[in-house]
Amino acid sequence: MTTAPGDLPEDAIRAICAGFGNDRHRMLDILLGVQARQCWISPAAMETIAAATGLTRIAVEGVASFYSFLSLSPKGRVPIRLCDDIVDRFAGLDAVAAAFEAELGIRVGQTTPDGAVSLELTPCIGMCDQAPAAMVGDLVATRLTPDRARALARALRQGLSPTEALVADHDRLSPLARAKAQVEDNIRQAGEVLLGAVPLDAGIAAARAMTPAAIIDAVETSGLRGCGGAGFTTGRKWRLAASAPDDHRVVICNADEGEPGTFKDRVLLTDRADLVIEGMAICARAIGGREGILYLRGEYVYLRDHLQDALAVARARGVLGDGFDIRIQLGAGAYVCGEEGALISSCEGLPGEPKTRPPFPVTRGYLGHPTVVNNVETFAHVARILDRGPDWFRAMGTDKSRGTKLFSVSGDCARPGVYELPWGLTLRELLALAGGEDAAAVQVGGPSGTMVGRDGFDRRLGYEDLATGGAVIVFSPRRNILEIVDYYLSFFVHESCGYCTPCRVGNVFLKKAVEKFRKGQADEADIAYLKELSATIIETSRCGLGMTSPNPVLTSLENLPLVWAAVTRPRKDGLKATFDIQAAIEGGRRIARRRSYIFDRDFSE
Amino acid sequence: MTDAFTFRIDGVDVLARPGQTIMEAADAAGIYIPRLCDHEGLRHQGGCRVCTVRAGGRSVAACTQPAEPGLDVENDTPARNRIRRDLVEMLFHEGNHLCPICEKSGNCELQAMAYRLEMTQPTRFPWLEPCRALDASHPDIALDTNRCISCGRCIRASQDIDGKGVFGYVGRGIHRRVAVNGPDLAHTGAAVTDAAMAVCPVGCIIRKGEGFSTPIGERAFDHGLIGHEIEEKRK
Repeated sequence: MTTAPGDLPEDAIRAICAGFGNDRHRMLDILLGVQARQCWISPAAMETIAAATGLTRIAVEGVASFYSFLSLSPKGRVPIRLCDDIVDRFAGLDAVAAAFEAELGIRVGQTTPDGAVSLELTPCIGMCDQAPAAMVGDLVATRLTPDRARALARALRQGLSPTEALVADHDRLSPLARAKAQVEDNIRQAGEVLLGAVPLDAGIAAARAMTPAAIIDAVETSGLRGCGGAGFTTGRKWRLAASAPDDHRVVICNADEGEPGTFKDRVLLTDRADLVIEGMAICARAIGGREGILYLRGEYVYLRDHLQDALAVARARGVLGDGFDIRIQLGAGAYVCGEEGALISSCEGLPGEPKTRPPFPVTRGYLGHPTVVNNVETFAHVARILDRGPDWFRAMGTDKSRGTKLFSVSGDCARPGVYELPWGLTLRELLALAGGEDAAAVQVGGPSGTMVGRDGFDRRLGYEDLATGGAVIVFSPRRNILEIVDYYLSFFVHESCGYCTPCRVGNVFLKKAVEKFRKGQADEADIAYLKELSATIIETSRCGLGMTSPNPVLTSLENLPLVWAAVTRPRKDGLKATFDIQAAIEGGRRIARRRSYIFDRDFSE
Repeated sequence: MTDAFTFRIDGVDVLARPGQTIMEAADAAGIYIPRLCDHEGLRHQGGCRVCTVRAGGRSVAACTQPAEPGLDVENDTPARNRIRRDLVEMLFHEGNHLCPICEKSGNCELQAMAYRLEMTQPTRFPWLEPCRALDASHPDIALDTNRCISCGRCIRASQDIDGKGVFGYVGRGIHRRVAVNGPDLAHTGAAVTDAAMAVCPVGCIIRKGEGFSTPIGERAFDHGLIGHEIEEKRK
């Protein structure tokens, strides 16, 4: 298909490009604009965009084909994206999807004939504490049931907009109130630093009375480490950026929390947006930042208006302005963009591919300028540290993990939600707070983190042992661990950017190997194969995605070995099941539309 | 060369200038580090990862990692070469590489790398057997991306040397592949004289009308292992 009924005239595409100054670095915004207006990125649109921005058409296609929320075939005016996370699956995604399918008369992956609605699956949208959830256009629907899905589908078919269908009295609500009408905060434990009572502008006021060097000293003294997962010392990162020779430095807030099971930044962006903006402004003062970008994951587009409001208020109060302002860069469905180099690529209008390091972003980042990329929570902490002093922050937590941390707890527990607690508590203590005491396994740090079994529940959360960007996913004894591992690998296969061989190809092989265990066809040699393949992927991958993607396999092998042993058996016939006859003839069966007389068992006699 | 310094590769002292990568310095010193996506005269990509070495306790791509004074690099060891063989096998299994029927056989860097890394056993990996359309639209060039290893040499050569941008990556993850700037190759500015058409390491970009003009047995890698020209500099 090269054109669709709703396609925009060329002038309209050109106007969208002109709206972003025909700037190729704003390619993601241009493509999102076209996607929103004509529901796909048509070949004609790519030609027009290429001409307007001075790129080749293939370069535009490279970006358009990279992001999940951009489509090269026509989609519905309201795309429904069902969250396909493992937590949503366990919470009843199948029944919800079936209800949508029945009411809309389409299958997942299809669009209604009138072009009104399309239905698809998407990885974790950051709503694990209120699963099953879905994006409905730019809005979010949570705690879905088959009944709720049917009612929603009916409303959309009758021509209601997502806003009309999901938010009562939407006209009278502020953007913040509208966001809160869609998504619950579920703050279960407010701590001293972030989620308790927080004064306005106290951090930036303190920072203004300090020299840039003194601000960096304070942040470094506090012991604050990046809260996105990697845990790099924030003060050191700032010091490196401040000392890089350039008169234009950039401050980027990484609000692309895509690690399945993480949703703490969602709560900060909702309730502590001013604190996050304040932290960015403090960073700008410390390093000489001239430009700020808040990279908001596409899944959190429902927060965009609220954040624009927060930025406007910050400008009015004087937190922004005076040589430093912040723009929002919306993402478009790509987990890898949480990696700082990939995030910078995405801000530059490129496919979200990590950058070659060195040079590191602190010396050469966004458009070649020294750039600090910090997580949402990190910036919020900074504002509080400047207000209360580094010693106050340092006194909380443990030696290597200072202060408090937000934990996103979800899965099989009575009280899923966000917990702000000092670092260093045991997993058992957190499970008791969340009502997940009968857990059989806990995934700490999301799929790229560690799967812990019952004998590890006394391990402590912190950089000393169980590091985490915040995700804590609880699995009850009813859950199939290998199903979870298999799901997480499918997630990494879906989200690998494809730049380097081991991550692009190796993860596919790893997933196939796990499937073999699930079919009961694996023996001892397959365990060794899993470990060796994992080691190659980890050692040779170009960025953190491939360096951690085998973790679901490796950490479950280490901490829940019996789960694997139970499905590992030597074959009596001595043959190695390297060839799966059933899988091999499946294609033939489908084409012939009949079973195989040789290989399909006949139980009728 | 006033700022030149030395570092070591497998215990051998190697001279380097500031800004040189480990691979550039190694090439100059006559030490071969296996590579597939890297090509002399093109920007370094660091995508295939075949050049992975251990340096300063970490695994890095030699084609993009700067050399540093005193650095100890582990290159030609059984452990490094086993991992490289894994990567080369992954590339074989990702596409459809049927050496006996491929015109590039004997001139193919993927095949030559497999020989060098002693990929002589049946592999353990599954075959992905993709089904990608042939593009024979161009009068002088055929494009068979079933044999593409996503090295991106053609993309960089067309962009940076030819100034054309005939090729580019599309898609993500395992679906990422090289595509052309138009409905097919005939409708791009591609010419058989482009630098981009001469850098393909495998039988993906094929010149029409000259198949088997060099007979099997007299081809590039029939005369020596891949990398022998670099290694001969040391002798």
